[in-house]
Amino acid sequence: MSITLKINGESRQVNAEPDTPLLWVIRDELKLTGTKFGCGIAQCGACTVHMNGQAIRSCVMPVSAVAEQEITTIEGLNSKTAAAVQTAWEDLAVVQCGYCQSGQIMSATALLEKNTQPNDGDINQAMSGNICRCATYMRVRAAIKQAATDLAREV
Amino acid sequence: MRKFQQMSINRRAFLRKSAGAGAGLTLMVGLSACSRQETASGPQQLSDAVDSEPLEANAFVKIGTDNRVTVMIKHLEMGQGTYTGLATLVAEEMDADWEQIVSQSAPADAKRYANLQWGPVQGTGGSSAIPNSYMQLREAGAAARQMLVGAAAAAWEVAAGEIAVVKGRVSHAASGREASFGELAEAAVQQPLPQTVTLKDPKDFTLIGTKLSRKDIGKTDGTAVFTQDIQLPGMLTAVVAHPPRFGARLQRVDDSAARQVKGVVNVVTIPTGVAVLAETFWQAKKGRDALQLEWDESEAFNQSSEELIQQYRELAQQPGASAQKHGDVEQGFAAADKVIEASYEFPYLAHAAMEPLNCVVQIHADGAEVWNGCQLQTVDQAAVAGVLGIKPESVVIHTLLAGGSFGRRAGTNSDYVVEATEIAKAHAQPVPVKLVWTREDDTNAGYFRPLYVHHLKAGLDKQGNIVAWQHRIVGQSILTGSPFAGMVQNGIDLSSVEGAIHLPYKMDNFSVELHTVDINVPVLWWRSVGSTHTAYSTEAFIDELAAAAGRDPIAYRLDMLGDDARHRGVLELAAEKSGWKSPLPAGRVRGFALHKSFGTYVAQVAELSIADDQRYRVEKVTCAVDCGVAINPDVIRAQIEGGIGYGLSPALISETTLREGKVVEANFDRYQVIRIDHMPAIDVHIVNSAESPTGVGEPGTPVIAPAVANALFAASGKPRHKLPLGERV
Repeated sequence: MSITLKINGESRQVNAEPDTPLLWVIRDELKLTGTKFGCGIAQCGACTVHMNGQAIRSCVMPVSAVAEQEITTIEGLNSKTAAAVQTAWEDLAVVQCGYCQSGQIMSATALLEKNTQPNDGDINQAMSGNICRCATYMRVRAAIKQAATDLAREV
Repeated sequence: MRKFQQMSINRRAFLRKSAGAGAGLTLMVGLSACSRQETASGPQQLSDAVDSEPLEANAFVKIGTDNRVTVMIKHLEMGQGTYTGLATLVAEEMDADWEQIVSQSAPADAKRYANLQWGPVQGTGGSSAIPNSYMQLREAGAAARQMLVGAAAAAWEVAAGEIAVVKGRVSHAASGREASFGELAEAAVQQPLPQTVTLKDPKDFTLIGTKLSRKDIGKTDGTAVFTQDIQLPGMLTAVVAHPPRFGARLQRVDDSAARQVKGVVNVVTIPTGVAVLAETFWQAKKGRDALQLEWDESEAFNQSSEELIQQYRELAQQPGASAQKHGDVEQGFAAADKVIEASYEFPYLAHAAMEPLNCVVQIHADGAEVWNGCQLQTVDQAAVAGVLGIKPESVVIHTLLAGGSFGRRAGTNSDYVVEATEIAKAHAQPVPVKLVWTREDDTNAGYFRPLYVHHLKAGLDKQGNIVAWQHRIVGQSILTGSPFAGMVQNGIDLSSVEGAIHLPYKMDNFSVELHTVDINVPVLWWRSVGSTHTAYSTEAFIDELAAAAGRDPIAYRLDMLGDDARHRGVLELAAEKSGWKSPLPAGRVRGFALHKSFGTYVAQVAELSIADDQRYRVEKVTCAVDCGVAINPDVIRAQIEGGIGYGLSPALISETTLREGKVVEANFDRYQVIRIDHMPAIDVHIVNSAESPTGVGEPGTPVIAPAVANALFAASGKPRHKLPLGERV
């Protein structure tokens, strides 16, 4: 069936069965491959995108359920917060294999959009759905804190 | 894998020996470092097209007229930082500007890109990228520099010796002439290949030892391309139904419902199962789920982990094949004041890299093309060629970034690469086929870190000194029957006993024995291989002996290290930096472990907090590492942090359990791995060293489990004989 998605600020027409997870529409139909497949059961967070600014797991979200929602993928990140997160990620050399990092950055950005000064507990809560098998977690935490500090300085 | 050294290239052995020698070495340049291709046909650019085709100075260095220097990376970038590390070696000797360096995966070509520790095999593993490339890539960089200088000297009609190169600028002070690498590129590649090069004195390094930006770029904005992301015209995605148990055989296929699924193009039977090909992944998966299959499981493996452990325990009570021996352990036990024994149990483990396994294959009239996070290019090339009945050199491999591997993409029989090839062959259409495994496919397929049982027995004299040590290991062989079977010697798979057969501690009567179990469960190396279990059993047992001797665990070890300076060095550094001798606040405990693997020395102190309900948390890890010359200190720290994090999962919570031959933990809901809230603060201290560099991808991993277990032992007095350790003291 034909579905209209609002994705990265654009309206995109896609052809997919209604039960197709948003992840596979993003990847296979829209060819936006920055969002990754990791587990298919919302356990690892590699597929994290934003729906109306909230971090969601696109691997279990049927495309039919998101037709009217604002979807943002890693390719569509353009906020000041996202830029601060990506800069901190580069500065601290967070990434190793990088496969989970789109999801990490999407979760971190969603966190900082709502909570400008997250403490360790806040970070644990927001980020514990994102597995990194390279275990870059220490630098993920440090980069979130650095991004928060950088954003506070800019204001 | 590093034990392939026996086949390695002799000249390199000489170079490695001289690597630590100070002042500017002048070396003969060998063919492998600096040959040029007869016809330039490098790997296709998948993206990121360059303005002009860079010009080849040698096998590892291309210089573009746009001033970009492309370093051909012969190893797989899977997160360990090899795009950065190998490029550093080239850039250092070239005196390039780091910003002008671009890293690109080398094509599959063992003639030019062999792992020099393995012989004529291109591949990545055993933490060997830096040690096998250290001299080779410095030579390649120095040769390219010499050609640039030669070109400038000819153009400016000045002596080469008067020319300086600084941060990618070639200059002649007296005449005031100056040029970029790009401006000199065309003339430089016309220069004769240098017969000798002079390498820098390490004191003149400007890049090695500093923090540099990583060269595996595009990982923070979604633009990095992994195998999963490959899009090619006409490409189909394949999802495979595998046997429900290892060794089950397909009896009957009813694919009528699968073929009705929208988007499904074909269903093919291959040796490893039934593949559904469709336009998209989701269609292929729905098609796969709609297959009606019957399997003959009469010869399938149907045992449970529990039964295996029981059998292994019984075997561990009997003498095994001798893997290492000196002195006479029986005499030692007879003379001992005290004899202590302990058994240790280790479950199967899945690698569970974030990128589930996948591979793209396209068959052409004259060969095949493979897109893969390829870890063993030469092995995979031969395997694909074997399926198709063509020559290995007709198989072009595009090595892509891998979303982790931890050993899994180095399958000794190229399992998933062969599967993708079989599907493309059976489909028999000239289109690319992308095989995608789901997470469950990935975990259920096996190739686990084997399940092991160890039994250790030690005799102590009246002072608590070890007078006899007997270590028995029971488990499957990773390498028997594989292309790496050369590492199985006299029935001993060295990967089963590494880390146990050469302890740093002085012992007069010493014996390590192995029982190799032959069962139909696929097993494979897993980050740090034998050390994943041998570091645990040996280091946990040492703490039990120290306790029996009434000694401090670090002091006890130090006494047995003799004058082994590098082991002592990391031990003392970790002890000092962790404040080992200072008292801990209430509710805190510490544990120590020491282990050398892949030539790198690692000591760790784990500090745990213990709550009133006896739950504990690993709060802090202090790690000392000696890996010789530290090429990229920040990458070393990252690998040690990540290696500890990777090792912490099986230490605390990960295990793969077989129940009647089936995997219980097929996805991350059951296969527990550490998340951000488990991650301790890790403090890495790198020993300042002029020794030849060794790898760091693996050595951090095996040390954390015994360090944590030893802390728990210190807290409770109960030794920990089984991994994972669980959540409570």
